[in-house]
Amino acid sequence: MIATRLRKGGSRSLDRLFPLILLPVALIALGPVLRLLLEGVGLGDGLTSEHLTTVLTREGTRTALLHSLVTAGGGTLISILIGASFAFLVALTDIRGKGALVFCLMVPMMIPPQITALAWMQVTGPSSVLLKMLGLAPPLGSPQPLHSPQGIVLLLGIQHASLVFLTLRAGLRMIPADLVEAARMCGGGTLRVWAQVVLPLSMPALIAGAAMAFVTALGNFGIPAMLGIPARYSTLPTLIYQRLVGLGPSVLPEVAVLSLLIGLVAIAGVLAGRVVLSRGGFGLVGLSGTPLAFSLGRARLPVEIALWAFIAMILVLPLLALLATSLIPAYGVPLSFETATFKAWHEALLVQPVTRRAYANSLFLAVAAALILMAICLPLAWLMERRPSRITRLLDGLIDLPYALPGVVLSIACILTFTRLPFTDLTLYGTIWIILMAYLARFFVVMLRPIQSSLAQLDPAMEEAAASVGARLGRRLRAIVLPLAAPSAAAGAILVFLTAVNELTVSALLWSSGTETLGVVIFNLEDSGETVMASALAMSITCLIIALMAAVQLGARHFPKGTIPWQS
Amino acid sequence: MAHLSLTNVGKTYGGSAQAAVADVNIEIRDGEFIVLVGPSGCGKSTLLRMVAGLETITQGEIRIGERLVNQLDPAERDIAMVFQNYALYPHMSVRDNMAYGLKNRGESKAVIEERVAEAARMLELRPYLNRKPRALSGGQRQRVAMGRAIVRQPSAFLFDEPLSNLDAKLRVSMRMEIRKLQKRLGTTSLYVTHDQLEAMTLADRLVVLNGGRVEQIGAPLEVYRAPASTFVASFIGAPAMSLLDANVENGQVMLDGHALAPVAHEAGPVTLGLRAEDLRITPGGVPMRVDYVEELGAQRIVHGFVGEQALAIIDTSEAPLPETVHLGVAPSRVHLFDARTGRRIETASQPVAVPAE
Ligand SMILES: Nc1ncnc2c1ncn2[C@@H]1O[C@H](COP(=O)(O)OP(=O)(O)OP(=O)(O)O)[C@@H](O)[C@H]1O
Ligand SMILES: [Mg+2]
Repeated sequence: MIATRLRKGGSRSLDRLFPLILLPVALIALGPVLRLLLEGVGLGDGLTSEHLTTVLTREGTRTALLHSLVTAGGGTLISILIGASFAFLVALTDIRGKGALVFCLMVPMMIPPQITALAWMQVTGPSSVLLKMLGLAPPLGSPQPLHSPQGIVLLLGIQHASLVFLTLRAGLRMIPADLVEAARMCGGGTLRVWAQVVLPLSMPALIAGAAMAFVTALGNFGIPAMLGIPARYSTLPTLIYQRLVGLGPSVLPEVAVLSLLIGLVAIAGVLAGRVVLSRGGFGLVGLSGTPLAFSLGRARLPVEIALWAFIAMILVLPLLALLATSLIPAYGVPLSFETATFKAWHEALLVQPVTRRAYANSLFLAVAAALILMAICLPLAWLMERRPSRITRLLDGLIDLPYALPGVVLSIACILTFTRLPFTDLTLYGTIWIILMAYLARFFVVMLRPIQSSLAQLDPAMEEAAASVGARLGRRLRAIVLPLAAPSAAAGAILVFLTAVNELTVSALLWSSGTETLGVVIFNLEDSGETVMASALAMSITCLIIALMAAVQLGARHFPKGTIPWQS
Repeated sequence: MAHLSLTNVGKTYGGSAQAAVADVNIEIRDGEFIVLVGPSGCGKSTLLRMVAGLETITQGEIRIGERLVNQLDPAERDIAMVFQNYALYPHMSVRDNMAYGLKNRGESKAVIEERVAEAARMLELRPYLNRKPRALSGGQRQRVAMGRAIVRQPSAFLFDEPLSNLDAKLRVSMRMEIRKLQKRLGTTSLYVTHDQLEAMTLADRLVVLNGGRVEQIGAPLEVYRAPASTFVASFIGAPAMSLLDANVENGQVMLDGHALAPVAHEAGPVTLGLRAEDLRITPGGVPMRVDYVEELGAQRIVHGFVGEQALAIIDTSEAPLPETVHLGVAPSRVHLFDARTGRRIETASQPVAVPAE
């Protein structure tokens, strides 16, 4: 009796305070999106659909929309080809070294798209250092083949293949082995079994993965910006960027409509994926313990070689080319033992104030975002798990939005919201804080989901046991919940850091002189012809990212299942 | 319809030193219902899957009819298998699930239609033909799995613990249905279970496996009456046969210093096997301290100790029990096993096992 009264008295104040964190969370995460929606219907100039009609009927809008759909669609096809082949082979067969293979397939997605584009541009084209070394370079003056829709499609496909891979692999693991055995006994030859059993059963996962790749490709800014702008081939994100950078804040109402347009297409893609997944979930009945597995027999070695050769082509080759470019003294000079120099590295990392500032900014933003999100998400996840209410459930459903929406959409939304803070004369536009706000909104789920999953696995009985001996809520959280949720919070923080440190899309629209991020500087260096220094900077970031990923990988044992995206 | 013969069949999984199945010899007659029974991990599924063609055979020969099938594909063996988890194709309707094998074989539409209708009638599945498996109950899924096997009219059925996912009551009724169906169709069947009761009630002959080897093959009653080893003795029959350390002296088997029954065996230590249902409470005889009593209604199981060794007997009276009761047993119901090897010792006073026809 006394114990229960004590517990109630002790936790009451905290229990009443806790829901208060919902307010800032909702404001930061969902406020900008809401603001953008209002802008679409002409907030500020009175309710009007004038912007809508002028922008939507313009020729350039339609071309950009078409380009966006074509490149995202084409990229998705390539992602499906790559991701599905890897998923089938890794999930269903007995090839060796799966862990390393998956890790390498994940790297392209973790590398910022503008670095991917930069690296591939060093593989092809007339001034490729690598090709010159091999004497294969096309003659000077011939065009860069990647500056084309095909180039954009190819790189988008490679960049997002792992999305298809991860979803499909998870789906394939759900197929029980005895289904295929039953089919084999019923006289299905290998081909028949594939066409009639394995393929139909994996289709929902494949479509869901494809939808995700499509939406991500649609929002990609780095690749179409690096490859498309020189070729005068605009997609919606680059069109928004060009108009905003070229004409300034006066075009805000107009780009707001554009970003709503791209947001709509993205949401349609997400919803299509969800519908397919929920309808196509066949409810695999009576799951057996043994998942499907095929033995490749003598084909194993050739298949392994083919897979690794492919990895070498999409990962090692571009990175080598990037490295080669970063080691020459000036663009156009061939690389040899005599010419190789770390001058560009030295310049980029130690001398240039812009790049040093960018490193400082990006690291600051990534660390701050990770820490703040961790501080907010720990109590928030606890609240959602242990004290669910209609509000927490609504928040749970909507919190995906800022991450799922293309980055440009969120950027425009943030500019609209924070340029003049509501009810004040303050402005965040032009400061680093607007970027931080955008990061907080965008990466909320990246942090929240791992913590949520680890709390869900936590037995409430443990907390109740502590409560029964009189431990107050604050004490219980510190002594029991925190230590147990800490590994997943750490994993979440590293993921946020990884994604934030190489972020480009959001910061490309929000930066101003003094607040440039790494992503922006690489883009600007390449834009102003400083390819060698851009390569050196890009290479250093890539090394940082791979090292961080490897650290996560090594610590994998300590994280709860499902927190690291490329493992499961 | 065909007979099945397994000769010296063995299986060693790659990467494992120990054989999962070794030296199995079974001759299965046409139309016979054979049950493979044994504890978890003894190799039942492995053996069945070798017959099915889902596992390679590393030793010996398997023949279906006159055909050596070692190298044949599962589809070419003309057998049908019912899986523990049913393995129904979740994306196909019940009808398509049943028709799948026939379609693959290129049967005509009319034949498929007729066979599916016939099976659906037999298994009372007609109302569900257009449903997907997820909209069926466990028992109905089980029947669809059976139907899928029946429509192909194979020369043998294989069952791998087909009832283990059902609740106890359904299991009993499905057990009877399977047996009736098999009798009616007369198809040779090989059935795997670890439930000894299921094995006893279904089988024409039992094959008791232990650690990948055959311990005993025989009709259920034969195995029950004359278990070939302590392993079989403790596995078949419920409650399990009590196994006790005993001595033979002067033509009597002695338990804790008391004579229990006359036996024709040389003096020395033996393992004595006593079934609870064979023991009687008698005025004189071996004394047993009563430990506790399980009331089952029609009868009760009395657990107690003779010396330090645990023993159970079935008693049908309802009178209150004293602290110590005395036991008696018919000499013909005494089982003796070699104290060292655990193999059965045949004694003159025991019934000669009647070979199953
Ligand atoms: N693919 C495999 N690779 C290696 N060893 C295996 C494999 N499958 C089974 N085994 C081993 O072979 C032995 C027999 O396994 P099997 O599945 O046949 O047992 P079982 O009698 O069917 O058991 P249960 O009643 O639990 O189904 C076990 O010791 C098991 O560990
Ligand atoms: Mg088994």
